[in-house]
Amino acid sequence: MIEEIVSLQMPVEERLVVRKNRLEPEHAGKNMKRISIVTGTHGDELNGQYVCYKLIEKIKAHPEHLCGIVDVYPSINPLGIDTGSRGIPMNDLDMNRVFPGTDSGAMAEHIAYKITQDIIGSDMCVDVHSSNIFIKEVPQVRLSPENYDKLLPYARLMNADIIWALSASVYLEASLANCLNMFGVPSIVVEMGAGSRITRTYARQTLDGIFRLMKELGIWSGSVEEVKEPIVANTGDVSAIHAGRSGLFILEDAEIGVNIQKGFKIGKIVSPLTGDVLEEIISPKDGFLFTLREHPVVYKGAIMARVCKTGDRAETAFASVKGGEAYV
Amino acid sequence: MYREKLYSLEGIYREEFKITGFRFGHGENSACIVGSLRGNEYQQTYICSQLIRELKKLEEHGQIAGNKSILVIPCLNQYATNIDRRFWPLDDSDINRKFPGHIAGDTTQQIAANIMEIIKGYSYGIHLTSFYMPGKFVPHVRMMETGFQNPSLANLFGLPFVVIRKPKPMDTTTLNYNWQMGGTSAFSLYTNCSDYIDDVSAKQAVASILRFLTRMGIIKYNNHSGYIAEVIDEDNLVPILSGAAGFYKRLFEPGRTVYRGDVIGEIIDTYSGEILDRVISPTEGMIFFAYTGPTVMEDAVVYKVIRRLHE
Ligand SMILES: [Zn+2]
Repeated sequence: MIEEIVSLQMPVEERLVVRKNRLEPEHAGKNMKRISIVTGTHGDELNGQYVCYKLIEKIKAHPEHLCGIVDVYPSINPLGIDTGSRGIPMNDLDMNRVFPGTDSGAMAEHIAYKITQDIIGSDMCVDVHSSNIFIKEVPQVRLSPENYDKLLPYARLMNADIIWALSASVYLEASLANCLNMFGVPSIVVEMGAGSRITRTYARQTLDGIFRLMKELGIWSGSVEEVKEPIVANTGDVSAIHAGRSGLFILEDAEIGVNIQKGFKIGKIVSPLTGDVLEEIISPKDGFLFTLREHPVVYKGAIMARVCKTGDRAETAFASVKGGEAYV
Repeated sequence: MYREKLYSLEGIYREEFKITGFRFGHGENSACIVGSLRGNEYQQTYICSQLIRELKKLEEHGQIAGNKSILVIPCLNQYATNIDRRFWPLDDSDINRKFPGHIAGDTTQQIAANIMEIIKGYSYGIHLTSFYMPGKFVPHVRMMETGFQNPSLANLFGLPFVVIRKPKPMDTTTLNYNWQMGGTSAFSLYTNCSDYIDDVSAKQAVASILRFLTRMGIIKYNNHSGYIAEVIDEDNLVPILSGAAGFYKRLFEPGRTVYRGDVIGEIIDTYSGEILDRVISPTEGMIFFAYTGPTVMEDAVVYKVIRRLHE
């Protein structure tokens, strides 16, 4: 059933509407579990759109396996997605910095409030993101340090290649996942692919994770795929490589999602005017290449890649990134 | 006056990105004035240019105090200004949400970290800035409540209002907040516009900065003593929201007194021209902020009112 969560009138003809699709068994059981799948916070991130479509398609094909409530919120920033802009088009506000919002607040805060209130009561929330147009990511779960221990068992079910913790940053306090965790709804942030496109393999990989999670929660009784054993990153395991020069980035043989050795040539920054190679982008260590620059025009400082050390690891500590913070 | 290249970043298809500063006086780092961090803060850069003109004259007449130096940085986002964008053009990121920055971080984090490095250690910091919505303010000085803030110093600008804001999570990445955490008495100066030039308000801003510098003993200058500021807690500003969407007719200007029940705005149907809704003041007080857009959507902040304050 499609419901309107919030509706605001715009000056000419149309309304801004945030909708959700609630899928539930034909015969509602007692104490059914509820999961919320949220995406479209950032208008330039589209993999979540495909995830929502495939999720609903599969549930509709096998309604007999549904034993709980699945609330799908495909676009909590509908104008952003529709215009290809990351933020809210009218004021460039980042929708993931306004939660939990207020009932009496201005547009963005009001929308954030309605969405938060609607999700509260869920047993789990998965917030699907897709990096941006500059950087490509393998499917990964990013956890905040405060909820790390509580969420790690669920994160492991998400079929991600890697799980890592963001360093505690007040900047993230106003994100949807962080607010929901504060309100007692365990919430997981998934990142995958790059902005403005759909990477179907990644989206399907995440979809398998969502069904595995739903099975664990008792929401889905159908068969599910076996999920990957993710790399769980530790403190100091993740290294970010930044551009030391401004120029055009040319990828060498690097492929995202594979293990590389220290000294591996990921790519180079060149000058299209002089024909010179300005900088070689080299892996500083052996590890798993899970982030890779997508947009070729780079300014000094731009993030080019992230590599996570693999091998013997204790699994409870947090990863922290030297040089360059990742935000969702 | 000494013109200084404070920071540069290698360009690709454009000339080098540069941040330029103008230094007056010698000796201890007394005051630093920062202009536009966003490309469309034209008024803020303009105010700096007018301030540079005044300080140059004062310096020529020996009116900068001994062992005091002032740094003015008019524009910190030339790449955006020159192509009429607000944010860093390549990735649309807001430099004023990147502080304290990261010297090994992403491009705008590096720019923020370098700016922080240049402006730290000054006794007083003044940032000319703008609000994210189109609108007019009564001129005011804004400080973050960090525990280090000193509203009595903010009074010395002689502007009518000092606003104290409790930092929200998103504020902790602004220049003002991080400047203050670094030990500088930091003030944000809001004038009534940003993306067009208003000479009257620019003159008022320049006068208030000169007044502050005089009172801090950094320059010797005779000026009008200005206002005795009203200190307001931002939480006490009453937001008034639009109840409908359509053309927006603003009926009151910032600085005016309103009474409960006053009609202060009209929302007009974009097709029929009929009045759809009237914006009614829910309280008595003074208009602090007024939205200026031609159209408005439902639930937008169209005014902020200082409760129970009169002209
Ligand atoms: Zn995102």
